[in-house]
Amino acid sequence: MLVGVGGALGAVLRWGVGEAVRMERYPASTLVVNVLGTFALAALTFAGASEDAALLFGTGACGAFTTFSSFSVDVVGLVEDARFGAAAFHAVGNLAGAALAIALAWLLVP
Amino acid sequence: MPPTRRRALRALLLVAAGGFAGATLRYFVSLLAAGPAGTLAVNAAGSLALGALVYEAVGTSALADEARTLLGTGFLSSLTTYSTFAVETAVLAPLWLVANVAANYALGFTGVLVGRALALRYGGEAA
Repeated sequence: MLVGVGGALGAVLRWGVGEAVRMERYPASTLVVNVLGTFALAALTFAGASEDAALLFGTGACGAFTTFSSFSVDVVGLVEDARFGAAAFHAVGNLAGAALAIALAWLLVP
Repeated sequence: MPPTRRRALRALLLVAAGGFAGATLRYFVSLLAAGPAGTLAVNAAGSLALGALVYEAVGTSALADEARTLLGTGFLSSLTTYSTFAVETAVLAPLWLVANVAANYALGFTGVLVGRALALRYGGEAA
């Protein structure tokens, strides 16, 4: 139940970011949600959230706010359009952004 | 309520319902296969399904926009996760770390291609 409520919240927030962040030629909103959501999940994890908070905000909200399926569809679509640079940037950028987000959370959360 | 606001509210409710179901299913998978294996499974399966859903829309779609919002933006995007994948990967030993990234990326992209092939082959009057 906690996971479901968190998931609904995360999905709605992701949809909101999708409406707010629109770029013509690059799937920027996927990158934004994945980096922000990874930061939030890492911060929760390092802060030692209680089990309920981890289910609601971690597994539920952060898990649903970020997305792997849209990311994969983005990359395949860019490759299809022969935009290989953008595809590589998206694939590496999501990973590098997530790694930086985890490092930042580790530095900021005591 | 003005029509545009009503449409936005409907989309919001569909995304929320899909997100509830997607996150809950991901949690059940994690109970069956904890850690990176379960995450890999939902990411691969969800990428395949979203690939099929997105490319099914090429040409004439059998699905209404609202079903697409519920299933794609709501359910499948919440079933799959980048944050859990990233945080789980970060604590793995170097060799497993590389293997987990490679496995998620390879199965995610292959999944979309398989879903796309299925959709273009069996989807409505598309293509």
